[in-house]
Amino acid sequence: MTGDDPRVILATDCGSTTTKAILIERTQQGYRLRVRGEAPTTVEAPFEDVTRGVLNAIAEAEELSQRQLLDGENILRPARDGRGTDLYLSTSSAGGGLQMMVSGVVLTMTAESAERAALGAGAIVMDVIASNDRRLPHQKIKRIRQLRPDMILLSGGIDGGTTSHVVELAEIIAAANPRPRLGQKFRLPVIYAGNTDAREPIRERLADKTELHIVENLRPVLERENLQPARREIQNLFLEHVMAHAPGYARLIAWTDAEIMPTPAAVGALIQMVAEEQGMNVIGVDIGGATTDVFSVFGGTFNRTVSANLGMSYSISNVLAEAGRDNILRWVPADLEVGKIGNHIRNKMIRPTSIPQTLGDLVVEQAVAREALRLSFVQHKSLAVGLSGVQQARTISDVFEQTLTGETLVDMMALGLLVGSGGVLSHAPRRQQAALMLIDGFQPEGVTMLAVDSIFMMPQLGVLAAIHPQAATEVFRRDCLVPLGTCLAPVGRDRPGAACVRVELRGQSFEVRCGEMRVIELGPGETARARLEPSRRFDLGQGRGGALERELTGGVVGIIVDARGRPLALPTDEAQRTASLRRWWRALRAYPE
Amino acid sequence: MTERALLRRERRLPLAGTVHVGQGETVSAEQVVASTQLPGDVQALNVVQRLGLDPREIRDYMLKSEGDPVEADELLAESKGLFGLFKSAARSPARGTIESVSDVTGQVLIREPPQPVEITAYVGGTVVEVLPDEGVVVECTGALVQGILGVGGEAHGQLVVRVDAPGHPLLAASLDESCRGKVVLGGSHAELEALRRAVEVGVAAVVVGGIEDEVLEAFMGRSLGVAITGEEQLGLTLVLTEGFGPVPMTQRTFDILKARQGERASVNGATQIRAGVIRPEVIVVEEVRGAEFEVPATGLVVGHTVRLIRQPYFGQLAKVTALPEELREIETEAKVRVLEAELETGEKVTLPRANVELIQA
Repeated sequence: MTGDDPRVILATDCGSTTTKAILIERTQQGYRLRVRGEAPTTVEAPFEDVTRGVLNAIAEAEELSQRQLLDGENILRPARDGRGTDLYLSTSSAGGGLQMMVSGVVLTMTAESAERAALGAGAIVMDVIASNDRRLPHQKIKRIRQLRPDMILLSGGIDGGTTSHVVELAEIIAAANPRPRLGQKFRLPVIYAGNTDAREPIRERLADKTELHIVENLRPVLERENLQPARREIQNLFLEHVMAHAPGYARLIAWTDAEIMPTPAAVGALIQMVAEEQGMNVIGVDIGGATTDVFSVFGGTFNRTVSANLGMSYSISNVLAEAGRDNILRWVPADLEVGKIGNHIRNKMIRPTSIPQTLGDLVVEQAVAREALRLSFVQHKSLAVGLSGVQQARTISDVFEQTLTGETLVDMMALGLLVGSGGVLSHAPRRQQAALMLIDGFQPEGVTMLAVDSIFMMPQLGVLAAIHPQAATEVFRRDCLVPLGTCLAPVGRDRPGAACVRVELRGQSFEVRCGEMRVIELGPGETARARLEPSRRFDLGQGRGGALERELTGGVVGIIVDARGRPLALPTDEAQRTASLRRWWRALRAYPE
Repeated sequence: MTERALLRRERRLPLAGTVHVGQGETVSAEQVVASTQLPGDVQALNVVQRLGLDPREIRDYMLKSEGDPVEADELLAESKGLFGLFKSAARSPARGTIESVSDVTGQVLIREPPQPVEITAYVGGTVVEVLPDEGVVVECTGALVQGILGVGGEAHGQLVVRVDAPGHPLLAASLDESCRGKVVLGGSHAELEALRRAVEVGVAAVVVGGIEDEVLEAFMGRSLGVAITGEEQLGLTLVLTEGFGPVPMTQRTFDILKARQGERASVNGATQIRAGVIRPEVIVVEEVRGAEFEVPATGLVVGHTVRLIRQPYFGQLAKVTALPEELREIETEAKVRVLEAELETGEKVTLPRANVELIQA
């Protein structure tokens, strides 16, 4: 590491399609983004060396900034005489990222905790195998054989509890003899994070066949999770085993001033930093071509899920398969000419770099995005759960029968900030469209700030946050986030046209009726004290009819009053639905008329 | 697509095995070049539960040990019962070999007999490299047509043409017994009826320009979600060369394949859209090695013929007339790099560069 207060920072993110390099400089106003360069990722044939794409992206950053950063294929360090950088960091999700299989005894307890551990470490979880998942042993063995995970996380049993179930899982894993994705020659890393009493029998069964690592139990007692040791081990092994065997990574690891983080882990780190700094609950979503990651911090607890098959290009066909045509078309006015959306969506999947050209095409694509966000969020809510309620388990058989896990931690009324990232959100032709996709997909309640990532630099800022939080925060606030404004969404329902909420702001009073949306101007950087009075059937956070005063933050869209009710239900009558959609679009100026 | 190219295909076993051919050997498409045994499925039986024992006692009651062969239903362990009566029995759920006996879980694992796996050469050609214990690389010269999406795995057959032009659909009426085992070249698309008829008469593979989304769904019996295909058992392999909808096959692709009717084609419908792209393909091997190889064009230039791959002009061809440098705003209000082109109808259009595919330099 070069210096505690770097003047220049260079950071790259090796995505599955593109590698992005950002250059940050310390200015009079603090740390600011200078430029961003991009180049195709070069992990696959014919290059098969990730550093090529990295150097190309840095070269573009060089050109755009007119600052020499490279000397041949070396990154110039330190920053001196207008050349070089003090710090170089990187993240990576190239080659499909880290793919894991997790295993636990009870699906809704240790298996679920193992899933949270893996997801929090930045992995894609290919399958969760549990003793009580209703599959027969030979089915589990076959499944493990079919998967080609980069590593396996095995957990199960509270410390001092029974060992037989977790040992049985180890026997199943040993019998399956899983082959790793990255080649026949190296042994699959298996992390054991279960009952300490079972460590010896686990060792006996797995130490010869796998690269076994033993860490603290991730669920030492039912009421408490201890995920950090498992998460740390996953990340260490990711670097050692997975990345070190991926083409060119050994060289990249040698170049960086800190450990390379898996991209989702870095974004998660940034979200956690933001939540802590702002003292609020935060949700972040990154909707990519192949996957959608959702991150949340509620009450200080961080969770991440990755919907591995929901996305806007490679996975767009699966969004249609999972959501269904009707759910997508409900966001499209019936009078808008869109043709056969099945064909359009599947053509986008097979030609992922094409872009919407007509307005109809754009509206359909953004309708698909709403469904991808909605479905990913449903998955997230079911995994981001508290551990309350488990005290009710008396015996192991009770535990086996228990289908109810804890309550979801996600409380939309308590959400302070919703941040969106990914092409369909960041590059929407009008910011109002991004705001509407976030609101329709997530249905925030009460008072919620909305923002989008301007150019997807959250991974780089996340890995920087671990080294220099100040630089990461400053760039995040000033250059990364585009504030869209604040959404005011009263919870409740009433007949269309009935009074919903009154907003008093800057000497003006705005009455918004049920079924309507309204934008009140308040620009980026502006704040205003507002009095919010929901009608007696609606709750904005102070109970039904409870008025409140809040400092509201503006943005490029403004204050968005969403009086459509929560939960949001679109009119079933097609003419009414079409008229409603057009009214809301007009209110937000979301699309050209 | 390439009219004549030097092609190499790697043929690899999923597990180490035996390679049956040598370097330099000439192989035919359906010839087995390597084989191995896939370990059998594992069945588990919790013996101690059956017999009401403590796991630590299991070996006292087991009649078989690790490595012993067993038949289905054969007695593995038996409790002592009461004065020799009321014995409980644990019988093997399958034929195989005892893999393990656990005194912690009380579980016995039985591994079923191995399953043989063979791989063929897939294309007729010469073995240019032997991958020890794993497979071979086969080289050939021939025409290669890469599709955009396929379903079904590898197929072989004589190439036959059942349409007059690339813009004509493949009709059920044009398929009969004479198509059995053949690779059928269609035109713009195939309706469900035609696909079902093709399966009925035993067609090996169908190659068409496009397909309606609902037709593919009905044919597959499910909605295509994740685009990783190749394992489907649908009765034939289907390769789309253009996309979804009734899109005419490009004239060039059609001509390349039509010129080779009567010859043997190797087809693979396997597709993977991400993380290691795999496209479906049709290969027609030439008997004689050719000397001319295509050099793929790079970059768009005025005069190029492109295909439009997005609404509202999906599937149409156009000639590039200008390549403006500056970003332009399109109907969606996005500012993007565009090109100006003239459609075959004479209509002049401005399109995002991202929405075209180069067809011909």
